[in-house]
Amino acid sequence: MAEAQNIPAGSTTTGAIAVAAESTVATRMSAPPSFDVADFPVPHGREEEWRFTPLERLRGLHDGTATPNGGVKAEVSAPDGVTVETVGRDDSRLGRAGVPVDRVAAQAYSSFEKATVVTVPKETVLEEPIRLSVQGQGGVSYGHTVFELGAFAEAVVVIDHVGDAVRAANVEYLLGDGAKLTVVSVQDWDDTAVHCAQHSALVGRDATFKSVVVTFGGDLVRLHPRVNYAGPGGEAELYGLYFTDNGQHQEHRLLVDHEAPNCRSNVVYKGALQGEDAHAVWIGDVVIRASALGTDTYELNRNLVLTDGARVDSVPNLEIETGEIVGAGHASATGRFDDEQLFYLMARGVPEKEARRLVVRGFFAELVQQIGLPDLQERLIAKIEEELEESVA
Amino acid sequence: MATLEIHDLHVSVEAENGPREILRGVDLTVKQGETHAIMGPNGSGKSTLAYSLAGHPKYTITGGTVTLDGEDVLEMSVDERARAGLFLAMQYPVEVPGVSVSNFLRTAATAIRGEAPKLRTWVKEVKEAMERLHIDPAFAERNVNEGFSGGEKKRHEILQLELLKPKVAILDETDSGLDVDALRIVSDGVNRVRENGEVGTLLITHYTRILRYIKPDHVHVFAGGRIAESGGPELADKLEEEGYEAYVKGGRAA
Repeated sequence: MAEAQNIPAGSTTTGAIAVAAESTVATRMSAPPSFDVADFPVPHGREEEWRFTPLERLRGLHDGTATPNGGVKAEVSAPDGVTVETVGRDDSRLGRAGVPVDRVAAQAYSSFEKATVVTVPKETVLEEPIRLSVQGQGGVSYGHTVFELGAFAEAVVVIDHVGDAVRAANVEYLLGDGAKLTVVSVQDWDDTAVHCAQHSALVGRDATFKSVVVTFGGDLVRLHPRVNYAGPGGEAELYGLYFTDNGQHQEHRLLVDHEAPNCRSNVVYKGALQGEDAHAVWIGDVVIRASALGTDTYELNRNLVLTDGARVDSVPNLEIETGEIVGAGHASATGRFDDEQLFYLMARGVPEKEARRLVVRGFFAELVQQIGLPDLQERLIAKIEEELEESVA
Repeated sequence: MATLEIHDLHVSVEAENGPREILRGVDLTVKQGETHAIMGPNGSGKSTLAYSLAGHPKYTITGGTVTLDGEDVLEMSVDERARAGLFLAMQYPVEVPGVSVSNFLRTAATAIRGEAPKLRTWVKEVKEAMERLHIDPAFAERNVNEGFSGGEKKRHEILQLELLKPKVAILDETDSGLDVDALRIVSDGVNRVRENGEVGTLLITHYTRILRYIKPDHVHVFAGGRIAESGGPELADKLEEEGYEAYVKGGRAA
């Protein structure tokens, strides 16, 4: 009997640990970060940062041809004590957590008309989550949202994306000293939607940021979750879960930039793929700068390929400019759910559907538990089961 | 009484230059309570017989019949065969990442028994079965076969045999790769299952060594894709002394 094949044909799993060499994170970008779309050349697809992305499916978000025409209905519901404001482009609170790193993010920053600023005052501890619902109505839109927590504030933010849309957006998370923010961003779009977003977090001194990115839907989803630390002692946990079906392109490009000392980061992204031309891309960049003494970081990406015809590109990348750290590591693995596993489980009486469910649930279980939000855990498991139900025969 | 009847079974696999026939007319009847040893040289088709009975998709049945208590086994899917009472202890058990042994065992027991075993008695049942096979309790939380040594994999197969209580157990080279201690532990497990007299056992092996621990009622020599000779335990002694030489030549000529 053949052993399980570890790397399916057509996938790449390359990692790099660069020590005090020229930063590949910087050189792989086609232009330095900028708020102005004009500072970025129109990508042609061969650039390092774009080489995995099917540009023709971006519906013009990358070349200036996607003209905004409404497109989404966004609603924020927030518990008492939280301020929700709609502000103009010139509001001084915008653009502080991070600068757009690619042309689409810059296009979003250059094109939005109104931004939403959600503020949790200092020392306010919310019992209920803040919810942002983004409902695509078809058509093109650009968005900008800021979530700001004052010092020692604590909040959970749940962002839901549903419907059909062509959407480019920037989301900023600003955490004051000692603040605790958990953000869950669910991309449950229709299978026609196109969604590109940069999530920029600026983590204050001793603050704790937890990001949970869940991508099920969309024709093309390309997200940039990014973390910077404003002071020492910050902590970031970045969790991701994706389920990539027939023809879907789901791309997650992460960066954790350790510049402040004694900060911690932990990245765990897991994806399952099934069906013809399902394509998942995971780029995990961690930079430990010379000043970031005492850094402790780990990143992990795991993919489970359920059927033939799917493709994974997983590229972890760790750059270390100082040896005075607690720990730094990364791992990436892509495995197949193959016929031998199916045979083994079925030979123990387990019906085929249940066998698949068992393996996929098991694959995601540890991650789902780490998320630590019971409501969300149940919802995720239900959604995973639903995706499996739609599974190819 | 449970009976597995194999009649004139022909099986092929897809090879580069078209289908290749591996089993060429196997006739065998295994009754409840009986132990049949199937011995043969490498490439004689022993494992093909085991996997064909379990329903592995790689093998195509081109002729013959297999029935379990009169029911047509060849018409059943892999899981239906297991639920009907067939069990295959595999030579190379498969790793199943993300699925813990405890979850796997309970799911299998639920499928085979038709209802979920009561949690309290189940936990005790598993714990005791693991102790008898000298399996560390920590195994329950490990992923199925992931990082198991060869001996651990085989003990895990026999653990399933004890818990799932099949009508017919096919043990495909369960002895291969085991040292004497592990062989004894595994054989004791098989013997415990045999003692209740409710299982028919098809013991497939390359070596006579395991037959010192598990005493067969019948010994069959497998060569050239069929049973070349059948006899009692004394046939194993003959093989021990003379090897498969005579059958390899005879099998190919036939």
